[in-house]
Amino acid sequence: MAELTYREAVAAGIAQEMRRDSRVVFLGEDVARAGGVFKATVGLLDEFGPDRVRDTPISEQAILGAAMGAAMTGLRPVAEIMFSDFFAVCWDIVANEIAKTRYMTDGQVSLPLVIRSGNGGGSRFGAQHSQSVENWAMAIPGLKVVAPASPADVKGLLAASIRDEDPVLFFEQKSLYATKGEVPDGEHVVPLGQASVLRRGDDVTICALALMVPRALQAAKILEEEHGISATVVDVRSLVPLDTQTILNEVAHTGRLVTVEENPRLCGWGAEIASIVAEELFWDLDGPIVRVTTPHIPLAAANNLEDAQIPNADKIVARVRELVD
Amino acid sequence: MNTAASVREPRPALDRETRLKLYKLMVECRYLEKRAYDLFMQNLIKGTSHLGLGQEAVAAGFGAAMRRDDYTFATYRGHNHTLVRGVSMTKILGELMGNSSGLMRGKGGSMHLTSIEHYMMGSYAIIGAHLTIANGAAWSAQYRGTEQVAVCFFGDGTTNIGAFHEALNFAVIWKLPVVFVCENNRYMEYTAIHEVTAVEHPAADRASAYGLEPILIDGNDVEVVYQTATRALDVARRGGGPSLIEAETYRHGGHSRADPGKYRPDEEVKEWLGKDPLPRYRKRLLEVGIPEDAIAAIEAEAQKKIDQATEEARNAPPSDESIAFQDVWADGGVAWRN
Repeated sequence: MAELTYREAVAAGIAQEMRRDSRVVFLGEDVARAGGVFKATVGLLDEFGPDRVRDTPISEQAILGAAMGAAMTGLRPVAEIMFSDFFAVCWDIVANEIAKTRYMTDGQVSLPLVIRSGNGGGSRFGAQHSQSVENWAMAIPGLKVVAPASPADVKGLLAASIRDEDPVLFFEQKSLYATKGEVPDGEHVVPLGQASVLRRGDDVTICALALMVPRALQAAKILEEEHGISATVVDVRSLVPLDTQTILNEVAHTGRLVTVEENPRLCGWGAEIASIVAEELFWDLDGPIVRVTTPHIPLAAANNLEDAQIPNADKIVARVRELVD
Repeated sequence: MNTAASVREPRPALDRETRLKLYKLMVECRYLEKRAYDLFMQNLIKGTSHLGLGQEAVAAGFGAAMRRDDYTFATYRGHNHTLVRGVSMTKILGELMGNSSGLMRGKGGSMHLTSIEHYMMGSYAIIGAHLTIANGAAWSAQYRGTEQVAVCFFGDGTTNIGAFHEALNFAVIWKLPVVFVCENNRYMEYTAIHEVTAVEHPAADRASAYGLEPILIDGNDVEVVYQTATRALDVARRGGGPSLIEAETYRHGGHSRADPGKYRPDEEVKEWLGKDPLPRYRKRLLEVGIPEDAIAAIEAEAQKKIDQATEEARNAPPSDESIAFQDVWADGGVAWRN
């Protein structure tokens, strides 16, 4: 085991796959010579050279179109969209082209590509550089949607995404880049579509994603130590495919579900999980399903204002106590 | 026509075989699209359709010049471009009719004709997107060292969308083996292109912004198209980077099925019908000594093919409804959860 930061795990995951498969290529804005604006791809240009690791102009449509055309002709590209907010300027390529081409062509076209993107708040970048948009991607049939919370999962899930035959949108939470964690040595691959149960309790199941995972774990600790409430924490990890069975099993045991989402309230991913649990596990529930979300408002830039908006451990604790007490 | 590639160097005369091939491709395109129109009128084709009647010379000229494994990227006005890559008329008409004989068994429709085995990489219905995707195929060919070229066809309206400009800049800086072909048929949809464009020639006048040579050609002269295509493909194949070609042409009908095209002045329509690429080329073939019999034989053969294809496509059964619920994912399925 080696300790890596979340950002080092990005480069480690890409490098692992580039070493084993010459079809893997990487492109994006400032990703090669500069190593990425978040320094998540440092070293790739040196190791793999300018034919495989390429800087692009600020042209998000051109970047994703190039990735798509390369994927349909035998390569396995990884493209970076610097901030996930910028998906708004190239959503046609994602939602109309990449997502639908296999279906429309009656299965003739495969698109084994990964789009990595810095996602989410907590970095004080304001309303256009802080959004959590994984729920945008989840709304489009044909896209796989992954959002890791730990360095080990960054490397393992990124590797699995690159090996996948379908297009994957890979959301890296910007405020997690500096966090550290143990990453297994040697080849490390974590299959898509498997939620991870990080701790087990008896009173409530908390489902979280990305930055909300460490906050949910912190909340669970407070609940146990200060309020005698024992919580299960599930890191959903992959929204599409969604590991519904793990979530249903854990909620069946505790009888209560709380989802913790960074998305603004309306149609955040927790709503889909709430709907599945309500439909399939209604008679096992001991109380209402609770969604803790960012309110349905744009994010502010100032420390205290943004902190007041995004869910944190205290807010999770408060909502769980209302539910359990 | 003032320019560039068309007048720069003397053209060697084409051989008889190439000329007959060009004519054959144009005739097949013409008969296919006329039949598609008739089938619409008989309500055997639903939805919409964007016919390439009048624009056959562009498709035929490129189709004849391209290597078998060069990539085609077309727009929703893509029936001609699909046919010239060798896809059968039955599969095209079947897709328009939306039944089991169709290229995608009805899952794509008129605007999305794709046949990967023919290197026909798709017909794209969102303006501009496929220029960026053609770049990707060209990048892949460059990376794999296959000397394939990607050819991307689009209309004059595309030159005013952002993706056009992103794609051109990108292709030039990466020196990609891609040929961009603007079929300027003078109307974006219902609005004349000159009314909404800052320059007279929507593609050619933008070329210099990307360090490219402006290439403006008579897109209704199939030999000019063929010669221009041959040169641009050769440049791209030899590592010389992209070209941007503006081919001036005219669609004989409206933008789509719903459009009778009444916004076009009668005089203009009349003038352009006089430049119809088919009778024009037929006349030239006779002038260069190709006998009437040989020309008539091509027409009779194409007529036979389209009649046979129409019967096959009309008589094919509907697609099984199960295919509507397949092929979202590479495993053939549609599941998003366990």
